[in-house]
Amino acid sequence: MSLDTQTRFAVALTDPAAPVPKGLASWTGSQPERRFAVYRNNVIAALTGALAARFPASQQIVGEAFFAAMAADFIRAHPPRSPLLLSYGDDFAEFVERFEPAKAIAYLPDVIRLEAARGKAYHAADVASLDAATLAALSPARLADLVFVPHPSLCVLRSPHPVVTIWAMNAGEAALQPIANWAAEDAMVIRPHLIVEVRRLPPGGAAFLQALAQGTCLAAAVDIATEDADAFDLSANLAGALQSGAFIAFR
Amino acid sequence: MKLSGLPRRAGVGFKPEHFLAINAAAQPIGFFEVHAENYMGAGGPPHAQLGKLREDYALSIHGVGLSIGSVQPLDKEHLSRLKIVCDRYEPESFSEHLAWSTHDSVFLNDLLPLPYTSHTLTAVADHIDQVQETLKRQMLLENPATYLLFAESTIEETEFLADVVRRTGCGLLLDVNNVFVGSTNHHMDPGDYLALFPIESVREIHLSGHSETVDDAGAPLLIDSHDTPVKDPVWALFEALIARTGPVATLIEWDNDVPDWPVLCAEAQAADDILLNASNRRAA
Repeated sequence: MSLDTQTRFAVALTDPAAPVPKGLASWTGSQPERRFAVYRNNVIAALTGALAARFPASQQIVGEAFFAAMAADFIRAHPPRSPLLLSYGDDFAEFVERFEPAKAIAYLPDVIRLEAARGKAYHAADVASLDAATLAALSPARLADLVFVPHPSLCVLRSPHPVVTIWAMNAGEAALQPIANWAAEDAMVIRPHLIVEVRRLPPGGAAFLQALAQGTCLAAAVDIATEDADAFDLSANLAGALQSGAFIAFR
Repeated sequence: MKLSGLPRRAGVGFKPEHFLAINAAAQPIGFFEVHAENYMGAGGPPHAQLGKLREDYALSIHGVGLSIGSVQPLDKEHLSRLKIVCDRYEPESFSEHLAWSTHDSVFLNDLLPLPYTSHTLTAVADHIDQVQETLKRQMLLENPATYLLFAESTIEETEFLADVVRRTGCGLLLDVNNVFVGSTNHHMDPGDYLALFPIESVREIHLSGHSETVDDAGAPLLIDSHDTPVKDPVWALFEALIARTGPVATLIEWDNDVPDWPVLCAEAQAADDILLNASNRRAA
């Protein structure tokens, strides 16, 4: 096979308007449209399957047919650049944000972001979380300067939509019902052991965790969180983070 | 170079949804096979499960993303990832496909066909040399299921595979369903194909299901869909093959519409019975 043959084949696979490449043969002699179509279908179907496996709640929200059409457009515009499909779709949310037919579902990109974070957490490195008891042993004077190391699976996500509630209802984690209190929700995604967990964060919690995860010391992170939400409760948020296994070390 | 050496028993392609059922009791399974690319993340449940399976069973690692049949160079990063997986789990066998799946760094996620010429023969042999040198182990190359042919091909597929083996010292993974699918699609006799196949180099066999459609002229076109039990004509080819070769490690591949564990396990038992009969006949 010359490089030209391979190039023509590859281009025609993902461009439905391209003619079947020259130089292909079949015993029935005819132009092998349907035979080539098997490969065309395989490429789009397998990549759509990879996206559906990573974004099941998003597929549940829009339905299989809508999801497949949206995925096919995404695949043609952003084909995978690696045989490692574990991270394929990291930029799916940004694509869906600009995808005209999905504009009416304003919360969809954030549900996709939450599912992308869950996928990353699933495959993140296995590290033991920080034991809260080691922190309790410190003198109170040291606490203000503490800097935490985030768990490799940790992701904090902020949304103007009730993203955790919507995700849970479409992931089979909660009953599907009307959302009475349509309010912004922040999420923490974490996998301390083998199960990926999604937690709704209290006021200021997202700002607090994001600051700590970026290496901001505890005192400064508290200032940032209080600025973000007056109701920020330090002891509840710190205890919640440690219980969830959000950090692996401090210094 | 470490030689490929799976037990001459029936094995099953591992699916995570079966982990609890498999782990609940000792299973009559000779080996498990996994797709290498599913174990290239840093950690999490995939590695926890495979680590546990590895303690109890022989393992075959099967790559689906190396693009050995491409005329472009292999992805070295992907090859190093394969080495990490193989070094970590020390499988009894590593295999890949006579196909390409990446072009200009775009991963097409399908096993695409190549013409068989002296040019592609050199490219494939060079790629296999590179894989075997990197992994420090013999690899098995799998015959493809194809839906069309190339006018420029000058070498028969069986001869191409035999030449690759001669040049590289690799072994072969003979997918009997692919033989049936390809032979039907190209209006050839699968028995003739198998008569020409270099069976002395076969270290593993794959069995799976396929689906049926028609081409533009209305001729039967079989699709290698891995979503059904093994079909009767494929069982018949397998049985005739094993009568020639004696027992060979044989995998049931069921990747889509995956059934519950007992159904899959029973399918492996059916293959194991044929392997066992063959060894009994040899012993008699």
